[in-house]
Order: sequence, then C-alpha cells, then structure tokens
Amino acid sequence: MARETRIVLKNLGKIDPMKIEDAVAQGGYQALLKARDMSPADLIQEIKDSNLRGRGGAGFNCGQKWAFAAAAPGNERYVVCNADEGEPGTYKDRIIMENDPHRLIEGMAICAHAINARQGYIYLRGEYSFLRRVLTHAIDQAREAGYLDGFDITVRRGAGAYICGEETALIESLEGKRGEPRYKPPYPPTQGLWQRPTIVNNVETLANLPSIVDKGASWFASLGAPSYPGTKIFTLTGDIKNPGFYEVPTNTTIRDIVYGFGGGIPGDLALQAVQIGGTSGAFIPPDLLDTPADFDSMQYAGLSLGSGAVYVLDETRDILEVVTRIESFFEHESCGKCTPCREGTPRLVGLLEKIAQGRGSRFDLDLARKLGHNMTITSLCGLGMAAPVPMLTAMQHFPAVFTQQVSAKTSEEGTPW
Amino acid sequence: MVNLTIDGQSVSVPEGTTILEAARAVGVRIPTLCFHPDQSIKANCRICMCKVGESRVLQAACASPVYEGMTVDTRSPAVIEARKLNLQLLLANHPQDCLNCIRNGACQLQDLAAEFYVRDNPFEIKTRRMEKDFSTPSLFRDPDKCILCRRCIEVCSVVQTVNAYGMQGRGISSIVVPTMGEKQIESTCIMCGQCIHVCPVAAINEVEEIDKFMAAVADPDMVVVTQIAPSVRLAVAEEIGRRTGDLPMESFVSALRHVGFDYVLSTNYTADLTIMEEGSELLKRIQENDRLPVITSCSPGWINFCETFFPDMLDHLSSCKSPQQMFGALVKTYWAEKMGIDPARIYSVSIMPCVAKKYEAARPEMNASGYRDVDLVLTTREVGRLFRLNRLDFSKLPPSQLDSWMGNFTGAGVIFGTSGGVTEAALRTAYELATGELLEEVEFHTVRGRENIREAEIDMKGTKVNVAVGHSTRAARELMEQVRSGQSKYHFIEIMACPGGCIGGGGQPLTRSDQQRAERIEAIYLEDQAQKLRKSHENPDIKTLYDEYLGAPLSEKSHQLLHTHYHPARNRYAVPGFNPQAQARG
Repeated sequence: MARETRIVLKNLGKIDPMKIEDAVAQGGYQALLKARDMSPADLIQEIKDSNLRGRGGAGFNCGQKWAFAAAAPGNERYVVCNADEGEPGTYKDRIIMENDPHRLIEGMAICAHAINARQGYIYLRGEYSFLRRVLTHAIDQAREAGYLDGFDITVRRGAGAYICGEETALIESLEGKRGEPRYKPPYPPTQGLWQRPTIVNNVETLANLPSIVDKGASWFASLGAPSYPGTKIFTLTGDIKNPGFYEVPTNTTIRDIVYGFGGGIPGDLALQAVQIGGTSGAFIPPDLLDTPADFDSMQYAGLSLGSGAVYVLDETRDILEVVTRIESFFEHESCGKCTPCREGTPRLVGLLEKIAQGRGSRFDLDLARKLGHNMTITSLCGLGMAAPVPMLTAMQHFPAVFTQQVSAKTSEEGTPW
Repeated sequence: MVNLTIDGQSVSVPEGTTILEAARAVGVRIPTLCFHPDQSIKANCRICMCKVGESRVLQAACASPVYEGMTVDTRSPAVIEARKLNLQLLLANHPQDCLNCIRNGACQLQDLAAEFYVRDNPFEIKTRRMEKDFSTPSLFRDPDKCILCRRCIEVCSVVQTVNAYGMQGRGISSIVVPTMGEKQIESTCIMCGQCIHVCPVAAINEVEEIDKFMAAVADPDMVVVTQIAPSVRLAVAEEIGRRTGDLPMESFVSALRHVGFDYVLSTNYTADLTIMEEGSELLKRIQENDRLPVITSCSPGWINFCETFFPDMLDHLSSCKSPQQMFGALVKTYWAEKMGIDPARIYSVSIMPCVAKKYEAARPEMNASGYRDVDLVLTTREVGRLFRLNRLDFSKLPPSQLDSWMGNFTGAGVIFGTSGGVTEAALRTAYELATGELLEEVEFHTVRGRENIREAEIDMKGTKVNVAVGHSTRAARELMEQVRSGQSKYHFIEIMACPGGCIGGGGQPLTRSDQQRAERIEAIYLEDQAQKLRKSHENPDIKTLYDEYLGAPLSEKSHQLLHTHYHPARNRYAVPGFNPQAQARG
C-alpha cells in the first residue's frame, strides 16, 4: 500500500503555528527569497513546468492561469486565496491554515511576485472565525520579519454562504456585494477583483508553491499521476474505520484511500458507495474503486475529484435519503441568480421527496433526470451545474434504488397532476 | 473581424460581438428574457442558451463573445428543449392569471410561452404568494410575478441613482424588495416609474384608476374635464398601433370626447403659463442674485428626488407648480368662473406621461382652489386602454378641436414634453422680456440633444445667462452635487427625472429602448415647428388670463394659485385621502 507523502503538510506537528521562527527553522520563506531572485516570467514558467493544477476542484493549470494575469493590462493586480472551504466533509484547508499558516502566506507572496501584485486577500470561510487570529498573527509576523516587502495580505471573512467558494462570487463578496457568481468570460485573471487582473487560488494550491520553488518543477512533476502531479489531501468521513486527513500521491486509487488509509468499513460491512469531491461529487459504485484519484482519471470515469472529500456509505445506508438531503443542501445554498439553479433545486427536492415517500411515478423519475441534466448544461456557475450530479450519478450507478420506489404506471406520463 | 458559423451560416463580425448580436446580423433571432438593449448583460434567465462547438455545456448567447472558428447551434431540438425547460421552471413559479393581468398582451414571459408552444407544465404550479405592494399612489408591485431578471434594480441604481430596489433572500427565496423598508413608500423610490418600462412582466405597474374615471363619467352631476400633457398625444399613437406622432390632435380630442370627457383642454396652455411665471421668477432672482441657480419644478419625479436626496437644496427649486397643478388650480377657479360651472361639480382629470403625477396630484398642498385641484391622473397607457375599451375606429372619428379657454397653446408649451424643452421655452420668453427685443431665431439647438447633461451660455444683450439641462436623476444628482458644493456656474437648471424627459415618462407606452425615446423627441420638435405661435408670452389666452384674473406674473393671486413649497421627504408618508388598503384589490 502507498504511504502518505507530505508536501503541503510537511511541517504538521513540527512547528508552533503562532511562531514564525519555527516555520523559518523548517526552511520557511526560503522559497520566497529564491523566487524573488527569479524573473516573474521564469517563475511562471517554472510553475507551468511543474504542471501544478488547481486543488480547488477545477484543476486548471496554475502557471497558465498566472500567465493570463501577468499578461493582462493594468497597474494593479491581486492575489486572492480562496479559503472559503464550504464543501461539506472537506477540511483540508483548515488543517493547512491552522498548522502552517506561513506556508500559505509564502505561497501567496510567491504568486504576488510572479504576477506583480501588491495586495493579497485571504477570503476565510465564515465558520472558520477562530482561524482569523492565527492568520493575522502570522501575517503580522511575516510583515515584521520583512518577508512581505511590497506585498500585503488582508484577511476577510465570509458570512457562511457556500456559493462564495465559487471564485467570482467570492470576488463579488470581497467587493462588499451580494455573493453571486459573474458570467464568464471575462475570467478573473483578466478582470477580477474591482475588474482588475486577479488570481484566485485555493489554499492547498498556494501551499504547494514553496516546495515547488524549493525543489524544482521536475521534482514535482514526477510525483503522482503525470497529468495531475503532486499530492492531494483527502478528508475521510462517513462509514470508515479511520476518518481523518491523508496527503497522498495523486495516482493513489480510491480503493487504497478507503481500504488502505481509511482502514475499511466498521463492522466489516460491505461498501455501498463512495462520494468523492464533496457534496457536489459523484456517487461511486464499488466497481470503480480502482480508479486512480487524480483529476483526469476521475473525469475519464465520469467522476470528479473536487475538493478531495471522501464520504463512505456502507451497505445499510439509504442512498435515496442521502441524495434527497444533499439536494436540500443545494436548494438552501443556491444564490438565486440564475433560473435553472434557483428554480431547479427546490423542484429536485420535491421530486425526490415524492419518490422517497413512495408517491412518485416513472414520470417523476424521468422529470428529475431531465431537470438535473438541464441544470448541468444551462446553469450560470458550477454550483448549479454540479448540484444535480449526486442525484444523476446515483441514478446511473444505483438505478434500482430509484425504480423500486416508483410505481410502474405510465398513465400519468405527460400529465403528472 | 471574427469568422464564425451560426446554424450553418458563415458570419463575419467585429471582435467583442456576442453570439446574440452576431446571430441577429444573419437574421437568427435567439429568444431572450433578461436581456435589455440599454442595460448591462445579466445572463441570469438562461433562455438564450446555445450550443457552441462540441461542448456539452450550453452558453448564454447574450454573454458569450464570439471567437474565430466558432460554430454555434441555436435551434437544434436539444437546444430548444433546454430553453423550454428553463422557461417552464419560470412559468411554474408564476401566477397563471394572464387573463386578469395588467400586462396581458404586453408581457415578455407570455410571449415566450406562446413562442415555445407551452401547452402544459411538468412542474407543479407553486407561486410565492407574497403580498402586493400598493403603498404608493403611483405604482404597485406584485412580487409573485417577478422573474428576477433584475432590470428594475439596474435602471433604478444606474440610470436613476435612486437605489430603491435590492435583492433579498437567497435561492428560491430570492426576491426584489424596496430597500430599507418593507413597503415601496418607505424606500427612496421617487415614483418615476422607469422600472415599469424595463419590467418584462407585471411585477411593477402603474396604479390603474380607470374605474374612478368611469364612475365620474357615469355621474350625471359631474363635469369631467381633462388636460392633455404635451408629450401624450405623440406617444398615445403607439397605444393604438400607430407610429409615434401619427394621431392628429383633432382625432385625439375627438376620441377623448367619445370616451366621456365633457371638456378637453390642454396642459400645454399651463406650460405656457409656467414659462411666464418661471421666466419672471428667473429674471427676478438673477437681478437680485437670489438663490441661484433657479431649478425647474415641472417633473414630480425630480421633486421627489430632490426632497429625498437634496432636502437641503429645496430653496433652489422654482416655486412654480408644475403645469398639471397650475391647470388644476385654475380649472376650478378661473375656468369655472368663466364657464359658470360650480367648481364642486368639476371632476378634473389629467392625462399624463407620468406615474409620479399621480402622487403629485395627491399631495396635501395641492388644493389651492379649495378642492383637490386634480382629481385623477390617467397615464398614456391607461388612456390607451380606455380607447381599446371603447373600440374606437380612429379612421372614422370626426375631427374635433380643443375647447377654448385653457385649450390654446404655443410651440413653447409643446416642447415641455422633451428634455431641454422647458429651457428653450423659457429662453424664448425671457430673452424678449429681458431685452425688449424680438427674438428672431427661436430654436436653441445647444440645449437639444441626447446627452444626459447639456449646457449653454445665452447672451441677452450683455447679460450672460448660463443654463444646464439634465435628464434622468443620475444627471440631476451630478448637477445638484455641484450646487451643493457651491461650484455650480449656472443661473438656470432644467431637470427631468425620466430619460429623454416626459416623452420617456413612466406612464408612456411601454418603452423597449432608448431608440423609441429618440423617435418621440423628433416628433415633438416637428410639432413645435408646425405651430404659428412659438413663444409662451404670445399665447393670446395667457394674455387674457393675466388681464382678466391674475394681473401680472408673480402677483399675489399667482402666488396663491400657481406657486407652492417643498418639504423633506420624510413627510411623504402622509397622503390624505389615499388609503393603500382601498387600493389593494385583486
């Protein structure tokens, strides 16, 4: 079985997060100094060569994104750290920030050098209020130690909206507006915060940077899966013997994560399904467990890596109930801007409840599938596009769960009332 | 240029063009709902979805810029099905009472439902069941109808800088609300009604008062008198399916008599009178260097705006009532006397391009005659409905002239209907009053045009008068910030709350774009040119009025009937005789 490979969490337990000396003693900020000796163009090329891809869920090439921002016209550019870790079951960013805040600050400063930004923001999840003190303290120390020359970081707290993890909604919220996504293009690297070039990177992405700069692009590119190299932190929840977080190479299979690191299912019950990527992730049947967990392999199998949350369901769980609850979550968290998500999420909940209560027909099942599909192709942002995914994948991989609940009668088709 | 293919047709368009615009260039009309030609892209209705290349995810045509080699599919069955399902989602959360709806036949959602041949809805019909808001005498809101396109929010914040609307709640609970208050009357709303024009459905509407008119007509004791505002005749043609201006005054007057008016008079007459009073006030205040600049007070939306946002600047407003209220005060005094009609029997109706006029007429101070000066305000749209109700055949109506006494007007009165008109009319008269010389060239082209703020310096034989013209309350705010900071160089400022002036008023036929406003402005200047008399002080009936009744401009009698005062907006809550509950029908 694979072993944990700690890059992002390398200092975990070795340093006191409130002491910059501890971080520096472990090599902290050395990469920043090295990066500043490089030209921004060389630095961006180095990150491109490392093939580091966004850890927030979209998997976009990080260096490529920076290149867009660096090339975009404008005098003012921003680095924004997306720390609005709102995906249920995900807490990797919290682990990074509460144990090694300097790593994040260093990563942001490296990015700032690459795109010539003077101001950074950490958009901190509203529920992580206790981390604000850790972060501001670390920023103060870094500033005093002179590591933030020409660059400063401000911590801004969200107010608990899931949608603000979407980068343009996050930007709107940072601007003091209602947290709602913008239509794209333009993308944030060209027009982001206050319409200026902005890099929004996830905590885990930024925390990878010091090691890449320190050890070189080719070192990083050789780790894990070639198309999505490096490590990924998975957070295990649900019916699992060893819940917790594990930083593993990206070519680790789902089976290794669940049965190796996770130790399998309590009571040695059979596995029914795994949901990876958070609440918006796909439901994965046992026969796909040998899929490597990297971005492209998952996508190839019709799944998504997402945030790296791993939610395990044993054979006793009622998938229909879980899916219904998940869709209620999306109904609650939809921002309300676009039609398919605003109007669609409550309709999905209504249809699923009807089916779960045994009042549904084939028509309802087909309508839920059709609506879910429409949401994935017409919603304005990723929230609405991903919201039906758990339901759709559950329908795909566990059809009996749904069909056994609905009446076979077809007389209602076309006229459900 | 960028080359792309839309539904198999090759198109070449400039860089930055959206799919929607590129499609129009080749005659492909992609359906839209939240899109508005004068507004920013919203991309929230998800009706204009198109398939781009092989991408699984559809793109919103309104928000997607074209790129070289792009292939767009706008009308395959899968694309149409996707749009239709989104439409059905909206319809399932929308009251199904089209037959009783004020926008029946003028609703973009209804049009789409027809285009998409929606015959049933797979979703259960479930509407919000929120209370209607009848708190203002001018407009009412029906939040159940709202489809959350947010055009009202944009027009109110960007065009008008009033910010009376905002979003509240999230997801399915999202709703447009009047900000800082539960009811419209408690918000900063100035009742200009621009939101009505941009609303694609019936979420925001004028308070409809046709029934009150019908009751007055049915009452044999009542003498129903109307005044027609300058911009109404031109625009009302659109209500009967004709082009702007394509309804002669004789036909319009005839139609009004047919629907039940006993006397048909003209607000243009009191527009001329306003010039006499306001022009005199201007000259007096310039001579005495008293509270300059003088700012016009014809536009009730603007007055509401000033009372709300510039309560410390109210002294600058001309004390002249608007032409509507001057008319109202005179019709139950001077006119009643002259006609030998008991003012108690007069039911005074004004036909206005404006919804704020409904509030203005309801103001407690507007009873100089001893009665409510204007009993009822009907908008251009309501008059259109009256015409349809009476099934008038305009091609066969016998021509009819305006009644005398308060029916005659000059070209100066006509141009009150457009932004810049009051200024031009005032200059025509002020020049001759101040210099004693004949003004040869009556057209002041510097104050005409479409810019939000225009300015001119007029040389009145040595006296230089600086004037500014602003339309939309965004322009008003800019001009007033200058006044407040003491930086304003003007002697006279004309402000109209609505874009384009009254021709773009909130009570006008539903206005789909700025282009429509431009056409109405053109028609108004043509009408001015057609008048023999083009200066207010040349109006013989105005001369008679002063000789017989008022004496001179700014006389005591004038002050009593034709001038008013203003107060900070917090007093707006109390409108005597206006009972929101009584309005809340349906």
